[in-house]
Amino acid sequence: MSASAGRLTVCVVYPDLLGTYGDGGNGLILARRAGWRGVDVDLVQAPSDRPLPDADLYTIGGGEDGPQVRAATTLAEEGTLVRRVAEGAVVLGVCAGFQLIGRSFPDASDRPQEGLGLLDVTTRKGSGARAVGELVATPVGDSPRTGRGDPLPRLTGFENHGGVSTVGPGSRPLAAVTRGVGNGGGDGTEGAWSGRVLGTYLHGPVLARNTALADLLLGWALAPAGAPVGTVAELEPLDDADEIGLRSERLEAVDVAGTVGWRSVVDRMRSWR
Amino acid sequence: MTIRPATRPDAVGGLRASVAVSAVSAVNRVSRSLGRGSGTVAGGRAGLAIDPRLLAVLASGRRVALVSGTNGKTTTTRLLAAAVAGADPASVVSNDTGANMPAGHVAALAGARHAPVAVLEVDEGYLGRLVDEAHPEVIVLLNLSRDQLDRIAEVRMLVDRWRSALGRLRAPRPGMPATVVVANADDPMVAYAAGTAPEVRWVGAGQVWHEDAVGCPACGGRIVFTDDGRWACDRCEFSRPVVDADVVGDELVLADGSRHPVRIALPGQFNRANAGMAAVAAQVLLEVMGGHGPDGGPPALDLALGRLAGVTDVAGRFSTITRSGRPVRLLLAKNPAGWTAIFDLLDETGATTAPVVLSVNARTADGLDTSWLWDVPFERLAGRTVVATGDRRLDLAVRLRYADIDHTVVDGPLAALDHALACSVDGVTTDFLGNYTAFADLRRAL
Repeated sequence: MSASAGRLTVCVVYPDLLGTYGDGGNGLILARRAGWRGVDVDLVQAPSDRPLPDADLYTIGGGEDGPQVRAATTLAEEGTLVRRVAEGAVVLGVCAGFQLIGRSFPDASDRPQEGLGLLDVTTRKGSGARAVGELVATPVGDSPRTGRGDPLPRLTGFENHGGVSTVGPGSRPLAAVTRGVGNGGGDGTEGAWSGRVLGTYLHGPVLARNTALADLLLGWALAPAGAPVGTVAELEPLDDADEIGLRSERLEAVDVAGTVGWRSVVDRMRSWR
Repeated sequence: MTIRPATRPDAVGGLRASVAVSAVSAVNRVSRSLGRGSGTVAGGRAGLAIDPRLLAVLASGRRVALVSGTNGKTTTTRLLAAAVAGADPASVVSNDTGANMPAGHVAALAGARHAPVAVLEVDEGYLGRLVDEAHPEVIVLLNLSRDQLDRIAEVRMLVDRWRSALGRLRAPRPGMPATVVVANADDPMVAYAAGTAPEVRWVGAGQVWHEDAVGCPACGGRIVFTDDGRWACDRCEFSRPVVDADVVGDELVLADGSRHPVRIALPGQFNRANAGMAAVAAQVLLEVMGGHGPDGGPPALDLALGRLAGVTDVAGRFSTITRSGRPVRLLLAKNPAGWTAIFDLLDETGATTAPVVLSVNARTADGLDTSWLWDVPFERLAGRTVVATGDRRLDLAVRLRYADIDHTVVDGPLAALDHALACSVDGVTTDFLGNYTAFADLRRAL
């Protein structure tokens, strides 16, 4: 572990506005996984009525249309997040949080709102039904690499969004959808990333099921000061038996549901009273 | 649609309604004999397929009360039914199995054709349809917070739908009294929704969960809560309404200063709040039905409070059973607000080291997404023996790991309960807390 790995501030951005889908869990997971490795970590819940604190790693969760616009406007006006990203901070945006760190996203009346532009991603309203259900995506050549240069393992989570996102040339897709909808623009991509900023439609929360992604974000945040973007600090492995169990159970459930379509029917019948 | 008052569906709905009612009971009989639960939903679906107006037909001619909200619906419905029925249970029909969508309402109503009063629990997404078709005398609105987001989308969308449904009450049918809405003033989402209703009795029923109510539903500003539960928007005029009744500890305090004891058999402050709401709604119904003096007033209210005190459990919830010679309390909660309220109850009523079994499923009736587990403050279970079970016990295990709560994962609700009982000591009650279908799984297994 690098010398600068001694301290880390993890900031959950505006949980009062963007916390609809349990995504506050991502901040907790990052803080615990750093703490278990001996890092002196501060986990800060940053409400929207106060200046955003300086942090090394920011998580931005999902939320409803109105609060999403309010969060984007407030973050743009007060400027800390954009400045900290320029200084090398790491950002994880999920669902509404993913959309608002892109270039633009639609409000409740489908008017485009300006995002923070941290990712080259444009989101518009989808024409069909909301994307709701288990989402599995496999990292591809463009996906970020772990500290050892390996691709991330398959990503698993739950998606629930009406937006369709397009990744522009300034960012790269996070992974390729193997089950579910993801970005939904027809190119089969899910999420986006560039530099140390990463956005995804996966919640659940995403880091509970994908510890490799959690450790990648921590590795970026704990890289030595001045190291080139993309440097990943090496972290000692943890006993992730619980997470591995959950991961395999979820991936297996999706595989089974994919081949045997009656599972949801049985499920529905069970819920009849 | 114009519905003439009548008590017999065949008199108002014609042959089609009559056939539909027969279908409800026929399908229910078949469904029961096949062992598919009580069959209430299947029969109701069949009836509605034959006659889509069946809900309106079956509701017409009765006094109808509706109860909706995210948490406390089933309990409040039970309390309100008890408060209105008194010594004559046959006078009130209620969908007391928790089947709270139109098919469940139709099944319940078809099963008690001559009950003059209907007290119906209503799924939040169907309030508008029930308002339009059942013409309620009174509507109880408890609270709105995140629940089953994969199914009913977002809290604010629901608020908007409630708001437009309640706005339609402003044009009541000729000759009929205006519907009274009994609304929780402590929940800004409910307060905003009820703001369009012509007549509201505001009750200060408390709200343990504020996370979904921070953005002002009126203007997008910020709702600021004070420690005493009052709230106001920092940008517009929207603020907590002046209450007609306030639930304070175990008393209902009216605006005139009179205090009425809320001494119920059910545990927990949230149940005393549910009882307060039910009593105010019962007062409205009892006054409409007459026989309680010209001004109605406290006598009807106290009558209601006295009657609902006798409810000891609600479809098994809050009941205590004995297993292996030791007491087990059965608790149900479905979402972060509900689980938080149950944790309050655990702290209020039990030893802080008592074992607790947590059981979570994510079937259709529960919502398929378990993200909400990360909004539940499991950290509060520190010091207890915690056993995780249910279809989604592995999601629970990961959540508990990050909450720093030691736990054991056991497959199967009974095995999990027995594991917890083996860790319990004499004189201590073990709590079993499950979400919707997990609770039903345990009840079936016992």
